Amino acid sequence: MNWLDQVIQGILLGGYYAILASGLALLFGVMRVINLAHGDLAILGAFLALVLTDHGVDVWVSLAVVLPVMAAGGGLLYLGVLERSLRSGVLVPLLSTFGLAIVIENLLFEKFGADQRSFFSSIGTLAYSSWQVTSQITIGKLDVIILCTAIGVLGGLQIFLSRTSLGRAMRATAEDPDTAELVGVNSRAVYAMATALALATAALAGVFLGMRQTFDPYAGQAQLIFAFEAVVIGGMTLWGTLVGGIVLGIAQTVGNQMVAEGWLKDVWGGAGAGHVVFLVVLAGRLIYGALEERGGVRTVLGRA
Amino acid sequence: MSAHAEHPGLAVQRWTRTSIASTLGVGALIGLLALVPVALSASVTDRLTTLYVYVILAAMWNALAGYAGLVSVGQQAFFGLGGYFAIKLSTNGVGVYPSLVLAGLLAGAISIPISPFMLRLRGGEFAIGMWVVAEVCHLYVNGDRSLVAGATGTSFTGLNAYNTTDRRDYNYWLTLTIAVLLLGALFALLRSRLGAALQAIRDDEDAARSVGVRALWAKGVVFVLAAVGCGAAGALWLASFPTFQPASNFGVQWTAYMIFMALVGGLGTFEGPIIGAIVFFVIQDQWGDQGVWYLVGLGGAAILFALLVPRGVWGTVEERFGIRLLPVGYWLRKVTAHGRPGTEPA
Repeated sequence: MNWLDQVIQGILLGGYYAILASGLALLFGVMRVINLAHGDLAILGAFLALVLTDHGVDVWVSLAVVLPVMAAGGGLLYLGVLERSLRSGVLVPLLSTFGLAIVIENLLFEKFGADQRSFFSSIGTLAYSSWQVTSQITIGKLDVIILCTAIGVLGGLQIFLSRTSLGRAMRATAEDPDTAELVGVNSRAVYAMATALALATAALAGVFLGMRQTFDPYAGQAQLIFAFEAVVIGGMTLWGTLVGGIVLGIAQTVGNQMVAEGWLKDVWGGAGAGHVVFLVVLAGRLIYGALEERGGVRTVLGRA
Repeated sequence: MSAHAEHPGLAVQRWTRTSIASTLGVGALIGLLALVPVALSASVTDRLTTLYVYVILAAMWNALAGYAGLVSVGQQAFFGLGGYFAIKLSTNGVGVYPSLVLAGLLAGAISIPISPFMLRLRGGEFAIGMWVVAEVCHLYVNGDRSLVAGATGTSFTGLNAYNTTDRRDYNYWLTLTIAVLLLGALFALLRSRLGAALQAIRDDEDAARSVGVRALWAKGVVFVLAAVGCGAAGALWLASFPTFQPASNFGVQWTAYMIFMALVGGLGTFEGPIIGAIVFFVIQDQWGDQGVWYLVGLGGAAILFALLVPRGVWGTVEERFGIRLLPVGYWLRKVTAHGRPGTEPA
């Protein structure tokens, strides 16, 4: 039953990836921008929370400060960097956000050093308490909280996008910014708001990361890659990030299990198995796309 | 060119007097640079060798982003593979210098099966997709047990067969030769039909496809050339700095350096990356020991150039003064009433 346990742990891990990936998917959906600093911004959020918990603030309470601060930072990020980048074509946002990523991680290193940090001591027994389902399967309470939060975040974003006027303005701007402007939408405000939401969710993911495991100033690089893999596997949609996150989580935990049982060389464990699943999904998507261009699978097979 | 006949008053011109002079100048300069190990000190030779590796990296990244519109944050895949193959070949009986050359070609060979998948990705998808490829290569090399102790790395010991002076001079000449060959290949590529196709793709891929440009093929050629170049750079780097550590040779900082050099020098100009490499070399030389602040500065400079000077140093000079030293584009000149060409860059 070890395998089933790994699959369950993978599903739970998917909750973390969904939160991490939702902000990346939102910015891509609204602005067609892939923010290469997304992972480092998540880690920045974690370090902000760390400063507060070092001063005796409860880590859950610290979220009440960290999330608004990061959201405000997101607004500034849009107005200061992204807006100008977007005007200069499709390459510039990649270059400027990559530059930002380098700046953030090295500033964090300068301030906090290379030590591994975590919120283990701040969350007390939650770090390890779990429900014993069978003799082989245990479900961590923290993991369940994170998965439920992920569903809450995605549900909240969906309600925001479909039920509120600002959310509808955001969808309209994503569809066609010029037409949205014509009917009175302030696209600048909409984009700034989307960036603010993306950074708040990134920071939330960063704090959860610090509750689950240790992190350091350069942890953001891997987080960006994981978030992106979840987004692509899930098909670039909001709820898709949960599906993609779960697939990625299962790939990683099952990959680790396969290594533990000596099935695979260790290189394909953990992150490696996740990368491989991502590349396979990508290859499948591209091959399918190429077939569609030639008239679909049936036509191509019929011709052969 | 028949443009003159179709549009009286306009003439298409590739070579200007400046560009003929400067191309001849480049030839002479390469000849002079070849004499450096004989004429100048050992330290100058070493430092120029490092500079040439930077020039290769900058030019290759610029070929991808500046000409094919492909922003890759995974070029460290090929840089790392180049070093890895060089060590693999030389420990398996291939001569040191042949293995340095072959390593770049092998890195290029690896890029061929990757290209049809990666090149179908657009923009940021391609950027991070390449990063994942680099991570997979890194994990693979990390797991190679024949490389001493995986993460701690190994040393390119084959070089010890040569004495220090010979090694320095051979490294210099090999690096100079490969840099000239790669830049020459890029120059030829950009002047061919493919060069025009690439710029059409960079400006609007869908439009380019609709007029019959084979986008995947054109991008693929540049992708493979860039892989060969980055692979060669990774192998040549090892000749000067013989310690190979997977985590550092496959580090994303290599891509950060490439982006910095190409952006500062001038994305999409032929001369720009060379200037960017010189700027980077001087910064590295002066402030490289500042560690973290130096990296913060590089990242900050990349943001500022991307936002405020997107054409980089050389692009700005070209635009303001209308100079083009190495002709990879065409000039459209107004033929005035006196039959004298004006100066209207196309």
